[in-house]
Amino acid sequence: MKEAKVIELEEVAIRFSGDSGDGMQLTGTLFSDASALLGNDISTFPDYPSEIRAPQGTVGGVSGFQVQFGHKAIHTPGDFAHVLVAMNPAAVKANARFMNPGGMIIYDRDAFNEKNLRKANFQTDDPFTECNLIDYNKIAVPITTLTQESLKDLGLDNKSILRSKNMLALGLVCWIFNRPLTYIEEYIQTKFARKPLVVESNLRVLHAGYNYGNNLQHTTPQYIVNPARIEPGIYRNINGNVATAWGLIAAAEKAGLPLFVGSYPITPATEILQALSERKDLGVKSFQAEDEIAGITTAIGAAFAGNLAVTTTSGPGFALKSEAIGLAVMAELPLVIVNVQRGGPSTGLPTKTEQSDLLQALYGRNGESPVVVLAASTPSDCFWYAYKSAKIALERMVPVVLLTDGFLGNGSEPWKLPVMKDLPEITPRIARDPAVYKAYRRDEKTLAREWAIPGTDGFQHRIGGLEKNVAGNVSHDPENHQKNCEIRKDKVERVVEMVPDLEVCGDDTGDVLIVGWGGTYGHMLSTLRELRQEGKNVSLAHFNYIMPLPANTAEVFSRFKKIIVCELNLGQFASYLRDKVPGFEYHQHNKVQGLPFTVKELKAAVNKLLED
Amino acid sequence: MSELKYTIKDFKSENEVRWCPGCGDYAIMNAVQRTMAEMGIRHENYAVISGIGCSSRFPYYMSTYGFHTIHGRAMAVASGVKCANPDLSVWVITGDGDGMAIGGNHFIHLVRRNIDINLILFNNKIYGLTKGQYSPTTDRGFKTKTSPFGTIEEAFVPGQLVIGSRGNFFARTIDTNIKLSQEVFTEAAKHPGTSVVEVLQNCVIFNDGIHDAITDPQYKADRQLILRQGEPMLFGEENQKGLAFVKGKLKVVTIGENGITPDDILVHDATDPDPSLHLALVNMHLPDFPVAFGVIRNVEAPVYDQDMETQISEIKKISNITCMDELLHSGNTWVVEDDGEVHSSEGCRRH
Repeated sequence: MKEAKVIELEEVAIRFSGDSGDGMQLTGTLFSDASALLGNDISTFPDYPSEIRAPQGTVGGVSGFQVQFGHKAIHTPGDFAHVLVAMNPAAVKANARFMNPGGMIIYDRDAFNEKNLRKANFQTDDPFTECNLIDYNKIAVPITTLTQESLKDLGLDNKSILRSKNMLALGLVCWIFNRPLTYIEEYIQTKFARKPLVVESNLRVLHAGYNYGNNLQHTTPQYIVNPARIEPGIYRNINGNVATAWGLIAAAEKAGLPLFVGSYPITPATEILQALSERKDLGVKSFQAEDEIAGITTAIGAAFAGNLAVTTTSGPGFALKSEAIGLAVMAELPLVIVNVQRGGPSTGLPTKTEQSDLLQALYGRNGESPVVVLAASTPSDCFWYAYKSAKIALERMVPVVLLTDGFLGNGSEPWKLPVMKDLPEITPRIARDPAVYKAYRRDEKTLAREWAIPGTDGFQHRIGGLEKNVAGNVSHDPENHQKNCEIRKDKVERVVEMVPDLEVCGDDTGDVLIVGWGGTYGHMLSTLRELRQEGKNVSLAHFNYIMPLPANTAEVFSRFKKIIVCELNLGQFASYLRDKVPGFEYHQHNKVQGLPFTVKELKAAVNKLLED
Repeated sequence: MSELKYTIKDFKSENEVRWCPGCGDYAIMNAVQRTMAEMGIRHENYAVISGIGCSSRFPYYMSTYGFHTIHGRAMAVASGVKCANPDLSVWVITGDGDGMAIGGNHFIHLVRRNIDINLILFNNKIYGLTKGQYSPTTDRGFKTKTSPFGTIEEAFVPGQLVIGSRGNFFARTIDTNIKLSQEVFTEAAKHPGTSVVEVLQNCVIFNDGIHDAITDPQYKADRQLILRQGEPMLFGEENQKGLAFVKGKLKVVTIGENGITPDDILVHDATDPDPSLHLALVNMHLPDFPVAFGVIRNVEAPVYDQDMETQISEIKKISNITCMDELLHSGNTWVVEDDGEVHSSEGCRRH
């Protein structure tokens, strides 16, 4: 399923837009200068209304400033903006046609009132739908209120206070794109050197915006995908969380089962629950539970009762679910557990990305408790791996953990739409013959038991967390326990039949094999391309199937002189490979900064290995 | 449904029941099985869900669909079962440790949501399966293995939690009274929404006689008030004692004394949405009051699993997305032609 796409933060175009009096030009200029000082190439485009001050709040009065910045040469301010900062409804109307599909819109919630909507000639109270800006990442920020709140004790009149609104937007955007505030602070201090109150108020609001971003918890930078070659087809923009949700809905539809999701809100996974909750029209049963444990246990109940059952979370929530995952292992129920990984341990870095839950997913439970583990590698292929997770769970009667991460979950990319009829069939193992049914009677080939759904006569049975015999009765027999532990392990290992062979990007043999897994794929591929363009004899093997590993893994590894495993943790996949695929020396490149890799650092790591 | 003729035997599994000889659980299970046989519900539509503890072995002794889950989580698992398949009659078996301690959070949220589940709480005020530690319903000062000098914490009164969680059905019974148990289980099963039945249960090994003060045949008539819908709240050997409001407070009065007439005695109305009198009944305890039994609260309110179904069917009626392919193509999409030309979807053109 890997398409030749490059995920890379090549360039971003931001459009600041508001009333002529809102200070958008200054905001845009300060942001551009700050970016230039960071070493970005920039290109800007001021867009004034012809009148100096057209009537406030009207489309004619909108003033905009677009800046495009990136780490390579930027030659235009961008035809379309990826990000729109809209201080009022008129700004949305004026700029809708300049937006890239699927971009981000940050807007002043306080200014989107009836009065301003009327001034901008909107017919309804939903300007975004009216402008056909439906699939955009809309971030409502109470810009006016926050500004007023942070200046309430300075004794300024309301008009002076509102003049600082632009600084709030600027602070927020600086946070989103990781711009330090130093340059802007210096500018303000110099420019208003003789007006200490103005300096004080602007700095306060600037910081309030920056801190708001820090606390907002869902505005990970939007990353842009530049496909090397765009295949013909119908596309949409999709982020990893929505793709995950939609993959699960697609699987339920294909399997002919209702979809049940039991989840508790947690950054950065919440959006999956939200996206599923929106789909009552497709019959999705969404249950916002009282805690993470209830999230998974309601899902386990739904699995027992015959639904495709799912729970979605991030690392801390996954930890809370551990005991219940063990129950799903023991009860041998189909269940998909999505972990959108974030920086850990503990609360860690909730809004930042990491791959440090791998060993937790594989082993983080009491007892011998094997599960299938998959990892998605781009925002849009979250759809496919969510689908595949459900397929494995339903056909093999086993819990499946799907690992994505904050980078994939919040990141978006253009996605060529799949067609439902082309997706592989899903055949749940529903019990049909009561004469032969036993709770733990297994298919000889897959070792999967049958799924008898409460409400169907003749299959009444009991399951639970205690060890059982074939009939489903409690058994403390020592040999039976050992046998069942081995069966549960074998059952997971036999899922390898559903796992495609590991593919190598680049030559089949060579000096160095770069190994990665999950959400780092875009950066790994960019690295590979650049190295190969430089004539280096390197290839890439990127894993989506972690447990079980593809059958040809050792064979692929044996064709390379050196192997380097790159991951956003301290070496979890490398140590797993040492255990499961012994006999190779695994070099490592690891990063745990809550940030994605950069191509530059990956190249440096591989080059060093080539030179050694 | 009239062709459904089950007997208690139809609900017993082939598994040997392994509770201690003399355990109150036997009688409770007997009452549950009798109730199920007579409810007019198909055998395959029963699902019995339990957590961990002595009482939670219950599903293994039933011939119905059953799920013995993990400690404290039966309420949540059952919530998933019921929402996934609202046609099932879902029963939760839990105890004072499983349901009030580790599962306390799930308990209150189940009650708050009013999912149509029948929950039987076996209250023996002790941890039996771990052999005698105090539980959240153990009375203050009680000595157990983990409170050798007496507990220093207050006990939960399960009915208070139910009412505090805005619950709509609460009943209390006692293991020794199978007839009453079957009566209240039947009412619980009929009530749409979460029905909580507290069963005072005797643990013969680790807390034997904990409810003796209530069950003692010599004093039973004076110490138990069995509430019946629409009937005066009378008790005592000759039904001469009753409950009345005296100066705004619930009091035990005697007919014929201090000018009290039968008209002064309160009449039980479990269906009153106002929970204040139900709470007062729940709170009654020895020695000043008898302990209330029977259906104390039985109010109709919106039911979560039904509302979930309704919401889905209503949204289906008005949404123009009816399948996955339509969802995929909804909103902003664009076309890349064979020659690489890109056509964006229509933007805002109205202004």
